[in-house]
Amino acid sequence: MKEGTAVSVAGFDAGIDVEDLSTLLMIRHFEQTVLDLFARGLLNGTTHTCLGQEYVPVALGPLLAPDDFVFSNHRGHGHYLARFDDPEGLLAEMTGREGAVCSGVGGSQHIFRGTYLSTGVQGESLPVAVGTALWFQRTGRPGVAVAYIGDGTWGEGAVYEALNLAALWRLPLLVVVENNGIAQTTPTARAMAGDIAGRAAAFGIAHVSVTGSDVAAIRARLAPVVERTRTGGGPAVVEFATHRLGPHSKGDDTRSAAEVAAEREHDWHDAYRRLDPDLFAKVEDEQRTRIAEAVDRVLARPASVWERG
Amino acid sequence: MERVAENLNRALHAAFAADPELFLLGEDVADPYGGAFKITKGLSSGYPDRVLSTPISEQSLVGVANGLALSGGRAIVEIMFGDFATLAFDQIVNFAAKSVAMYGRRVEVPVIVRCPTGGRRGYGPTHSQSLQKHFIGVPHLSVHEISPFHDSTALLAGLLADGEPAVLFEDKVLYTQPMHEPGTDGPFVADYPFGAGGPARLRASDGDDAADCVIIVPGGVARRALAAAGTLFAEHEITCEVIVPTRLYPFDVEPLLPALAGAEVVCLVEDCAAGGTWGSEVAARVYERLWGRLRRPVVLCSAEAEVIPTAAHLEQTVLPQASDIHRAIWEALHA
Repeated sequence: MKEGTAVSVAGFDAGIDVEDLSTLLMIRHFEQTVLDLFARGLLNGTTHTCLGQEYVPVALGPLLAPDDFVFSNHRGHGHYLARFDDPEGLLAEMTGREGAVCSGVGGSQHIFRGTYLSTGVQGESLPVAVGTALWFQRTGRPGVAVAYIGDGTWGEGAVYEALNLAALWRLPLLVVVENNGIAQTTPTARAMAGDIAGRAAAFGIAHVSVTGSDVAAIRARLAPVVERTRTGGGPAVVEFATHRLGPHSKGDDTRSAAEVAAEREHDWHDAYRRLDPDLFAKVEDEQRTRIAEAVDRVLARPASVWERG
Repeated sequence: MERVAENLNRALHAAFAADPELFLLGEDVADPYGGAFKITKGLSSGYPDRVLSTPISEQSLVGVANGLALSGGRAIVEIMFGDFATLAFDQIVNFAAKSVAMYGRRVEVPVIVRCPTGGRRGYGPTHSQSLQKHFIGVPHLSVHEISPFHDSTALLAGLLADGEPAVLFEDKVLYTQPMHEPGTDGPFVADYPFGAGGPARLRASDGDDAADCVIIVPGGVARRALAAAGTLFAEHEITCEVIVPTRLYPFDVEPLLPALAGAEVVCLVEDCAAGGTWGSEVAARVYERLWGRLRRPVVLCSAEAEVIPTAAHLEQTVLPQASDIHRAIWEALHA
């Protein structure tokens, strides 16, 4: 693959895959519910929703094997839900109820299940992901280490140490960048000199740009990228030009209404609805109901218990 | 006669021979160099896939070790100079140690971060520090130090089997010194009344009675403490017992209490800069358990709260010398 290959996938030529749409809408309703629960005082602490970015992990989902090691970050609900289809476990984690994935100790941004791990410090996961990729390589396993990071994460030095090692040792590391153009409240343009493609190129690492939110098209385009990394082709950086529709956390969006409205123009939600309004409405009803019922069940449960090891 | 560096090198070879899923990463650790202090000599020749010389990237080295550990392996990181462990603080404190518990169940993170440490080689302020105190009190992170009285093979095996991350300090001058055997430390001979892996106890071979003074010291300072014990006896007939643990934190003070309660003075010595140190942590535990029974306040003999100068005559004014230990104990007894 050529470095700096760009792919625009705005076409939605393949129509709607119901399973993908269900996952997209499950995550969308989960995130909206999270903000609602906060507003009602039913969630403790903080959270970071991925509204607008749901399609990224949904597109990658089937390209990853169960043993691939996925590293998520603070904005990780979608990553988890796309991998495990487990809104109740995640909600229980966030509300400290029985059935919580990590007994309520980790909360929204510290989840570990199987070969899926999220942590709340920017850039911290990349060197760790390199370690899991090194393990795959040296033990002859066909795994890929996948690390989701944001545009803001590129301010951390750990990113560059990790990219250097991954390229040097030709490791199966896939860095998925969700470039939503803003880090908390700071626009990328005020935090990043140059660009991500240039930074990947500096390490001789393949870089793929993805625009648009057509899950099927993105998946088809990225399948060979993942396969190449899996089979010894070395690391790759896949950069999604994506759009954060919600606040950084809760009620802390400093963007103007017009700016947020401009972001909403890119929402996959409307694009998919236009494709097949009836099917969309049916699936949306199902997922809205599913999440509402999950909330009722989880909130009725007793508090989680932390059995210390 | 085996030197401490050779003992540690042999321990690493034994660890690799015993464990096909053990990795070692560090700067310049590969042969023919074998590390800045030659501790990893021969390892990369024997285990080329698992012993890796790396770029100068301390944060990532520990991160990679963490990833190997999460995958089911074990890893040892050599930080060329322990001073540079500050560059890996996030991976050690926020990832390795926290991951043991923060996911709601015990997650094993068998990682050892090896830190050549201490002064007395003229390397100056950024290559001579003893940073043990910065790693004390981190949940699920243990702090250790090699000693000439403990075989490092058992020490490393224990740390790797423990399942939690460990920072291992290794005094750079100690590397060049012989492992203890009868005769290497004058009249002082080690025994191990606190069990395998527990602190060594050094007493003069002819002294079985309770000592006037109990000195607790990490391995890197132990021989300075023994020198002080020698002159205190020769000049003042003050008897000392020197306790040398390899596990500095969490520190189990319980087995030491009978000896400490019977002593005229309890003294802690360390190369850390004074203020919030290992020694003050141990002293707090001693006060907690022996308040009202101690004859006098615990004597804390730390390095001065100052940077470590390069010139030898200046460095000596900052780091505790045998004469400083001697004087501190004598003054405590005559205050």
